[in-house]
Amino acid sequence: MLMKNETLTDVVIIGAGPVGLFAVFELGLLDLRCHLIDILDRAGGQCAELYPEKPIYDIPACPVITGAELTEKLMGQIKPFEPEFHFSRMVTGLERQADGAFLVRTDEGEIFRAKVVVIAAGGGSFQPKRPPIAGIEAYEDSSVFYAVRRIEEFRGHNIVIVGGGDSALDWTLNLEPVAKSLTLVHRRDQFRAAPDSVNKMRALVAAGKVRLEIGQITGLEGAGGDLSAVRLNAEGGEKLLPATRLLPFFGLTMKLGPVADWGINLTEDLIPVDTARFETSEPGIFAIGDINTYPGKLKLILCGFHEAALMAQAAIRIVHPEQKIVFQYTTSSTSLHKKLGVAS
Amino acid sequence: MKLYVELGGELRELEALEGWRVMEVIRDWDLPIKAECGGACACATCHVYVDEEWQGRLAKASPEEEDMLDTVPDTTIHSRLSCQILMSEALDGLRVKLPASSLVKEAAA
Repeated sequence: MLMKNETLTDVVIIGAGPVGLFAVFELGLLDLRCHLIDILDRAGGQCAELYPEKPIYDIPACPVITGAELTEKLMGQIKPFEPEFHFSRMVTGLERQADGAFLVRTDEGEIFRAKVVVIAAGGGSFQPKRPPIAGIEAYEDSSVFYAVRRIEEFRGHNIVIVGGGDSALDWTLNLEPVAKSLTLVHRRDQFRAAPDSVNKMRALVAAGKVRLEIGQITGLEGAGGDLSAVRLNAEGGEKLLPATRLLPFFGLTMKLGPVADWGINLTEDLIPVDTARFETSEPGIFAIGDINTYPGKLKLILCGFHEAALMAQAAIRIVHPEQKIVFQYTTSSTSLHKKLGVAS
Repeated sequence: MKLYVELGGELRELEALEGWRVMEVIRDWDLPIKAECGGACACATCHVYVDEEWQGRLAKASPEEEDMLDTVPDTTIHSRLSCQILMSEALDGLRVKLPASSLVKEAAA
């Protein structure tokens, strides 16, 4: 019986980067339904987050393609299989049930019941970069935040925002109306954020509504998790800025995260797998793409695609052990054409 | 030609080759630099502080490098990405310092 918030599926794929997306295709050809969970708010993984505009030259048959284009093409390719995406979520738990199936839990409280779990999590989960300021942990979630969930929590505060990208600029514009004071701190007087946001910020600075400081935060003042000021290393020397809320926006970094707690054997933050099935030390849990390791492993997208194909052949035997599997080519198989929605 | 790298209070003298990136020299000598993206100017984990004396002699940082440096929380006015500095005769004796944030986890701990 299913509980509330519980979803039944054949396969849960953790990670919606290029390799996780292509796994949907290979599993789909075998009629396996997939749910994908990703900590980012969209598909593409590193291709979307780290280098959407950068050209990739080693995707077979694509002399040059950007990370964003590759993601878009993969999304088109897997559309016939109707994968379901669950974005902005972290998988927090993975447990095996008595019947051999897995319960996958997310930090949003959802539960997925699946016979196969595929970890395609790349370098791990993207998490905000924490500035290396002594004692910053003590202020996190009380005065220091890496995202804005509720604007009201910032009303009437002396807010300091650090960074020069879109997050820093967007929140400067959005929080200025509710702040007691707002200071934007950046290492240089140039911003890589959208020009329109930069212009709006400059107008607020000119009107005396936002203070702009060029420098870097080097220390925090306060007690008991309550921030009172931040120390700033600026061009004219050191300064103390009143601050009761600090929002550092230095982008994201990858951390292995909860994968380490699932009872799977790990080698230096990578998951060892066999090269016939790409299965982990736990039967039914597979690992493909940058997160796995085996003799001769190369962290290439194309290697992840190959791993996805072989993994799918092993996964079908776990989901439908009774089924006779006939290997088919997409060029000639009428039944595969039907699944792909193309005329034979 | 020589490259000097300050790391955990120690100064290391490294033999460098013309045309190599400073990051590549550091990595080739097995110093624990992260350099996650391998020199594509896409990660900023090869961030170094360039000695004041040498700063004026380096080619100016590209807009792409400046944008990547924006994602480093402990920059100073001496900050550069070591994958974007090419060793040349003019830089023989260059001195840089590796911040903790550019070291692989085990070395930084």
